Amino acid sequence: MKIDKESIKKIAHLARLEFDENSAEKMSKDMSKILDWVEQLNEVDTSNVEPLTTMSSEVNDMREDKVGTHMSHDEALKNAPKRDSDYFRVPKVLE
Amino acid sequence: MLSEEVKNKYQLVVGLEVHAQLLTKSKIFASDSTEFGNRPNTQVSVITLGHPGTLPKINKKVLEYAIKMGLACNSEITRYNIFSRKNYFYPDLPKGYQITQDKGPICVGGVVPIILSDGTEKEIRLNRIHMEEDAGKSIHLAGEPDTLVDFNRAGTPLVEIVSEPDIRTSEEAYAFLAEIKKLVKYLEICDGNMEEGSLRCDANVSIMLKGAKEYGKKVEVKNMNSFRNVARAIDHEFERQVELVERGEEIISETRTFDANTCTTASMRTKEDLNDYRYFPEPDLSPVVISEEWLNSVKSKMPALPKELYHKFMDQYGLPSYDAGVLTEQKEMALWFEEICQHTQNFKAASNWMMGPVKSFLNESNLNISEFPIQAGTLAELVFLVDEGKVSHTMASQKIYPELLKGNSESPLQVAHRLNLIQESDEESLKPIVENVLAENSSKVAEYKSGKKGLMGMFMGEVMKQSKGKADPKVASKLLSELLEN
Repeated sequence: MKIDKESIKKIAHLARLEFDENSAEKMSKDMSKILDWVEQLNEVDTSNVEPLTTMSSEVNDMREDKVGTHMSHDEALKNAPKRDSDYFRVPKVLE
Repeated sequence: MLSEEVKNKYQLVVGLEVHAQLLTKSKIFASDSTEFGNRPNTQVSVITLGHPGTLPKINKKVLEYAIKMGLACNSEITRYNIFSRKNYFYPDLPKGYQITQDKGPICVGGVVPIILSDGTEKEIRLNRIHMEEDAGKSIHLAGEPDTLVDFNRAGTPLVEIVSEPDIRTSEEAYAFLAEIKKLVKYLEICDGNMEEGSLRCDANVSIMLKGAKEYGKKVEVKNMNSFRNVARAIDHEFERQVELVERGEEIISETRTFDANTCTTASMRTKEDLNDYRYFPEPDLSPVVISEEWLNSVKSKMPALPKELYHKFMDQYGLPSYDAGVLTEQKEMALWFEEICQHTQNFKAASNWMMGPVKSFLNESNLNISEFPIQAGTLAELVFLVDEGKVSHTMASQKIYPELLKGNSESPLQVAHRLNLIQESDEESLKPIVENVLAENSSKVAEYKSGKKGLMGMFMGEVMKQSKGKADPKVASKLLSELLEN
């Protein structure tokens, strides 16, 4: 599968990743190669196989509706790049 | 302005997406409290904040509540449930994805019956109901360079109820929302408060020429914080789209935000036209299988639903549709009415008491029916006193009812005796009064006999006056007629 430069740009935007424009060519080649390799799986007939959604065979791993302990407020905000006494602060999202 | 003639060429088509916050104590995937209104960022955990290496674990109650909603709407309940990741970046979503259900929502299909103001009933089909987590709250203050984020709400369980595009007028949209609110409150799974955001609604609005087979391009409208605003936004959007089409312009599929001050919508998030959520199965949660046994236990806990009670009140108690609608507006009110009907057979009188004096007392004192000072059985006794002719309806509502509201343990009959309100309904005790009235008004009696039948009212008035209002009008008028016709 051929991944063109536009796709690279779109994927980078969706993942909010930056990349060097000069490496776009190489990246698109690499990604195409990776996909080609994975595409070998298409050779297997899976028409009668349910898609795998989880690695474990466990089901119904549930909690009762009980309130547990919270993180302290200070701890919660500790790693925030920017904060005030109450809130996480982020660059303005609405105009 | 568009003429009615132009507008009439087009059909409005609306589908609604309603998010209802579930009334669980803890969050959907973590044990943080869901309580509303506390200090920001105090009801959080490493799971809620999306710290690396943490794993979600689902709250069983969320499934139970979602199943209840599905059963109430006649949806098909999916037995094997998985979750998906909806990937997008927004500061109120710490993990960079929302855990939701994509393929295989817990409830598939179903209907919500609505009743319009002219009494017609219509069924709005549901596409699905699925479970998901709420995001945190972003606060954008004017003049503030940053956006402030509070994660107390992040991870609060939601069900998203998605209708089919079956809604054709803003009144239908309003009725649909009112019905959803009534349902979630009857089921006690959500408090239904739209102003506080525990019930939220987005509208997908499109138009087409009447009789057309294919819907037009849909526009998603957000940010309506009341039922009325949903209706206003839909009406505005209809006009805007008709105007565009009439000018030969194209409708763009986009998200628009409603401004309650101007009652208009404006385009938002054009930057994120690239929205591509790249859903994939959430590998951190094991599937949830709903067994026959579990489903039956939820079914056994289902309360009576508004529609069932509405029809019961009409069919079994013979109430008009209006009464049945008012009485089933709130579950507590409906159940209180059910209780009073255990004590009386005069259902219409009981309904009149509920819709009149009881409701106005509750409104004035800002109380719930659960706090009403009179027991259902006691009010039934009062209805009985009136039916029996022991007291007049006027005395019952103006003198006895206010006494009962004081919440003393007196029975209506005791109050009637104490205030000397028992009607003279036996002929023997009323007869002397009637005779006296006629004797005192002999000239009027003569006029009556010569054909001035209108004087009957005046005789009745005199009898009431002399009996201090205690004469049973039916008996008094019977006696008067008998004596006058002789």
